[in-house]
Amino acid sequence: MTAVSPTVVSPTGFSPAAFVDVRDLSVDFKTRNGTVHAVRHVSFTLEKGRTLGIVGESGSGKSVTSYALMRILDAAGVIAGGGIGFDGMDIAAASERTMRDIRGREISMIFQNPRAALDPIRKVGHQIEDVLRQHVQADRSNAYEKAIEALTAVRINNPRERYHAYPFELSGGMCQRIVIALALACRPQLLIADEPTTGLDVTTQKAVMDLVAELTRARGMAMILITHDLGLAATYCDHLIVMKSGEVVESAPALELFRNPRHAYTKKLLKATPHGCASVRDLLPEDEAPRAPAAPLAVAKDRTPLLVVDRLVKEYPLKSARSGVFRAVDGISFTVGRGESVGLVGESGCGKSTTSAIIMRLLDPTSGTIRFDGVDVGATPAAKFARSPLRGRLQMVFQDATDSLNPRFTARRAIADPLLRLGAGGEGGPMPKAEIGARVEELAALCGLPAHLLDRFPHQLSGGQKARVGIARAIAVSPDLLVLDEPTAALDVSVQAVVLNLLVDLKDKLGMSYLFVSHDLAVVKLLCARVIVMKGGRIVEEGACDQVLGAPRHDYTRSLIAAIPHPPL
Amino acid sequence: MDQAKDLMPMAVPALAPAPGGLLRHMLYVLRANPMTLLAFVLLALFLVAAVLGPLVVPHNPLATDAASALMPPSLQHWFGTDDLGRDVFSRVVVATRLDLVISVAAVALSFAGGAVLGSLAGFYGGWTDRIVSRVLDTVMAFPLFVLAMGIVAALGNSVGNIVLATAIVNLPFYARLSRTEVNIRREAGFVQAARLSGHSDLSILATQIFPNALPPMMVQISLNLGWAILNAAGLSFIGLGVRPPTPEWGIMVAEGARFIVSGEWWLALFPGAALMLAVFTFNMLGDGLRDIVDPRARS
Repeated sequence: MTAVSPTVVSPTGFSPAAFVDVRDLSVDFKTRNGTVHAVRHVSFTLEKGRTLGIVGESGSGKSVTSYALMRILDAAGVIAGGGIGFDGMDIAAASERTMRDIRGREISMIFQNPRAALDPIRKVGHQIEDVLRQHVQADRSNAYEKAIEALTAVRINNPRERYHAYPFELSGGMCQRIVIALALACRPQLLIADEPTTGLDVTTQKAVMDLVAELTRARGMAMILITHDLGLAATYCDHLIVMKSGEVVESAPALELFRNPRHAYTKKLLKATPHGCASVRDLLPEDEAPRAPAAPLAVAKDRTPLLVVDRLVKEYPLKSARSGVFRAVDGISFTVGRGESVGLVGESGCGKSTTSAIIMRLLDPTSGTIRFDGVDVGATPAAKFARSPLRGRLQMVFQDATDSLNPRFTARRAIADPLLRLGAGGEGGPMPKAEIGARVEELAALCGLPAHLLDRFPHQLSGGQKARVGIARAIAVSPDLLVLDEPTAALDVSVQAVVLNLLVDLKDKLGMSYLFVSHDLAVVKLLCARVIVMKGGRIVEEGACDQVLGAPRHDYTRSLIAAIPHPPL
Repeated sequence: MDQAKDLMPMAVPALAPAPGGLLRHMLYVLRANPMTLLAFVLLALFLVAAVLGPLVVPHNPLATDAASALMPPSLQHWFGTDDLGRDVFSRVVVATRLDLVISVAAVALSFAGGAVLGSLAGFYGGWTDRIVSRVLDTVMAFPLFVLAMGIVAALGNSVGNIVLATAIVNLPFYARLSRTEVNIRREAGFVQAARLSGHSDLSILATQIFPNALPPMMVQISLNLGWAILNAAGLSFIGLGVRPPTPEWGIMVAEGARFIVSGEWWLALFPGAALMLAVFTFNMLGDGLRDIVDPRARS
């Protein structure tokens, strides 16, 4: 939105002073239901060595803007108006041949979904070598060493071993680091990072973003950071634009935007970002119907906890060493009281997901006991637990709502599924068909899912709506313990705010216990009274949330807290 | 893909919240793809011929008439007559039923058998997978048509055995496809969720995973129907299969081929054309069928 001086104009009409000059850009998509104006009259400029943040929620057109910049819109998308200047040339009018030269060499991109961006049947090391050799950064003799270097640069442990890994063998965070290594290997002038750290741990996010920022500065590159995370945008960007429904609603220097947001939407986004606010209610906009204050988070004090985990161990055989084993969970013990919310925090690979799968009886432990309501549930093998009378009392909300819903089931059928198998109370036979319809509608109402959405398939629902379906399904059989496996990780901040509030309300109404698995301490703090910090399969710190966050005893906890990107308030 | 995802929230309000939209969805698929529409029209034509054929044909397909042998196509005999004076048009139409029955029965059998074997192999893995896969590899190691010939020759020359032979040689394709489709969904989130809902392994396989493997299998089915017709006709052509005088496209082509050199082209051409059109129809049907059974294609 910076005014371009009218005196300096190159023959193409774009100012050579501005490295990237997007003017009045509009992008349309032709769909089955007519034309969608995905981007409307967006303008911005960016200088070399600067970082621009495009902030907005899904559907705001922020990704489409960046695709237009690289001219990689899919077949249905067209640049309907405006122009894109890049280093004085007109991208919107450039030939496809020119664009092929520019992509990768001049403009490079880090994609949202790292798995889709990597070739699934080629070793990651070879993929990095391909890029290096394509852009004459390496030859046959030194490609291997340079690839190892690139892997090391993005902080991948054991790069020599990882070089031979296929993308499916790596975690999502690892894949994203490979993608970043690929994008930076080309030494581009402009880097577009589209949600580059989604799915990464906070400490990894910090390491990766620090690295990207450092390289951008050292090479004098320009960067466009597309994100829904205001904290991240504020930490790494000089200038921010906020997009909503394809339009720019606000454009300001990063600090200015945080200190003095002008547009109502920016204010709402800022408010929904969990940073140092006291209660989960503070995340919601003020003009919404007032809710009862959340019940105070209390550490359960009763004598007989609901869940007692004792010296739990899970070992996996290693591929390389024949006799070696990998201890994913290394002798952890903890309890969850009745009606208590406990946070289980750690980075990917720390064993928190394995732990929750074992507690949910989807996985058998190598050793150790799990007592649920006095019963040794660990004694029943996971394969037989489906028929256990306790099955309905242990339920889970999955991290990826899309993946956890059967694409062939409507929302109604998905929520009814546990009722059809287990019945409403968990004991006795399945629920009579006649009652299920009413119960599903009751659950949907409880979870704030409008009844007319119940007949839609998952692909016809938004992320937040899918999360609600997943929650409704999990509480359908009135569980006592609900494991929440990063239920808001894939959601926009404003949707996250609503879902977190929903979870608090449900807990108050139904008296469940939560085990909230997350890597985000800021979110855990809002929901849990007690928090357990895991690292490398062990518990490194445990205690009341305020105390762990306020005065952490362990170095690892301190580094976790330090890595949370803070908006400069 | 990501763009589409990004657009979803905007596209959603435009959707009519219509339940039971299967019919409307079918109409949409047919309208959006003229080739699918053509395929469905041709299919309907074949089905009508199969069901009503014997009732509507102008001549008895088995009635011989030495006086009018080897007549070229005329108003009275649209496709001409064969060496015994039988009406070729009537025989081509009446043969539809037998050819469709053989191919549909064979494909249904191989689909059922292949889906069960492949799903179990894909879901349980380990030894189940190894045994099933090696047995299927053994079947596929033979040239399929030669294997079908062998089965019919060994079991006897009947319609039932043609169906069985065609089913056995096709089974590995279904098994492999369903094995892969099931295997990639074995650890999916919705499968874990189904376990939490109290589903047993077999119930997860049958109600959760397998229906998701249907869209690609539909394509396979339709391609295979065409192939099965060719296979049955091929067996009849070389004399292993349907016996004369029963009208069947394969035999008719085989019998008519003798007369092509002497200029009576219509004996082989018309049943051959019917065969080609049937194969063409089934091959085109595939994509349309897949779009109809895939809920994700609705939006």
